Amino acid sequence: MTDAQLIRRVIKPGLWILGLAPLLYLLNRARLGDLGFDPIRTITHFTGRTAITILFITLTVTPLRRLTGWNPLIKVRRLIGNFAFFYALIHFLIYAVFDRELSPVGLGEDIAKRPWITVGFTVFLILLTLAITSPKAMVRRLGKRWQTLHRLIYVAAAGAVLHFTWAQKKDIRLPLIYAAVLAVILGSRLFLRPRKPVRGET
Amino acid sequence: MLIRKSPDIKSNEITDERLFWGRREWLASVGAGVAGIALPAIACAQAKEAEKLTPYAAVTGYNNFYEFGTDKEDPAANAGTLRPRPWQVVVEGEVKRPATYAFDDLFKGMKPEERVYRMRCVEAWSMVVPWLGHPLKDVIARLEPTSKAKYIEFTTLLDPKQMPGQRRAILEWPYVEGLRMDEAMNPLAILTVGVYGKPLPNQNGAPLRLTVPWKYGFKGGKSIVKIRFTEAQPMNTWQRSAPNEYGFYANVNPTVDHPRWSQATERRIGELFRRPTLMFNGYTDQVASLYAGMDLRKNF
Repeated sequence: MTDAQLIRRVIKPGLWILGLAPLLYLLNRARLGDLGFDPIRTITHFTGRTAITILFITLTVTPLRRLTGWNPLIKVRRLIGNFAFFYALIHFLIYAVFDRELSPVGLGEDIAKRPWITVGFTVFLILLTLAITSPKAMVRRLGKRWQTLHRLIYVAAAGAVLHFTWAQKKDIRLPLIYAAVLAVILGSRLFLRPRKPVRGET
Repeated sequence: MLIRKSPDIKSNEITDERLFWGRREWLASVGAGVAGIALPAIACAQAKEAEKLTPYAAVTGYNNFYEFGTDKEDPAANAGTLRPRPWQVVVEGEVKRPATYAFDDLFKGMKPEERVYRMRCVEAWSMVVPWLGHPLKDVIARLEPTSKAKYIEFTTLLDPKQMPGQRRAILEWPYVEGLRMDEAMNPLAILTVGVYGKPLPNQNGAPLRLTVPWKYGFKGGKSIVKIRFTEAQPMNTWQRSAPNEYGFYANVNPTVDHPRWSQATERRIGELFRRPTLMFNGYTDQVASLYAGMDLRKNF
């Protein structure tokens, strides 16, 4: 099997299953009536944490590629990133529908007045932009600007952790663990320098 | 409605007068009700029209009681280590009968009453709970505070062995809450000993807790071991923890937002969409006069 076949036939289908697994898990819990006493809160928290986790996984592709030297890995990064957006979208929609009843005034007030929601919404807009510009045609059309634009993922990741931390009433242990993990992922880039391309690798 | 007080009246007499008016209003609104059940009858009528009781499982399974962990499910899972009997309550400060009371002596000869109250958490969720408790004013009358007693302070048990959450300094332990004396004397304030006709489960603050239905839930100190009457305003735990976010009064107020979130609406546990939050949690008629002339934006 060539690298391209491995990615197309094994890795990508596997990622689709993994990417949809949190949603299926949530739907199954809903089916069992096991979403706790405040299901909206449960869904909001779960999809938010899932979005951040997948965003982090997206950011591990580059260190992993440098570590293994297996460059074709880059071909699955957009797919993973789009799953992060998918869960951020559910997270935002649940909030917009159930907490603000899609009221433009209510949403606007929240986004303007409450910094942690301002940050969260900004992260959502970044992920939305990155998702829209993720198809191959857009990559081609944007050329070099694509990479510059997609560096916004770093802003999104840091912003998401800030949003998560800010949302806590008092106990910020879990967000701090997320922050530490993000620091490790980003820090690893300093130690894992890009390898010189070897002839034959793409 | 508005009670004017002349400056030459002693403070303890003011309290009495307010109580007097409160009682008159009360009886008038009930008609020829039996005094003992008047309050629950009204509360029930208010709550049952549009508001159903929150199921027992939710009332006892979704709690904020950081002494047993910070997740809502933690108290129900971890409160088994609490030993609510035997229990003692120290009464001290500006009071004529400072003493250590055994739990049963504190309420000797009193029968707990059922009170169906809305419970509005500062986090913007709410419940409707059938508490079982003793009017705080009756207990206070029994303890005989001095005329210097302007506030009453409630302290929760401090024992990391029984309350494993206290091993971490997430808040300053023990948990302390307080009320102004006239708030404490309001007929709505109760010392709660049960819920749904049963003794309080540990996770709800066994064996006794404070319930002040027009204030955010955190004002209701749980597993109380000390009642102190003071001249100075007590420093309550959440105010100490984040003074810009939590004040002493903590009255439910849809027009004064928490710095990080809106207090205009709330999610009733069991419902998917939010409902509007009511001024003083719907108890305006009974408590608004306590705050006449006060800037509630400042005294949040």
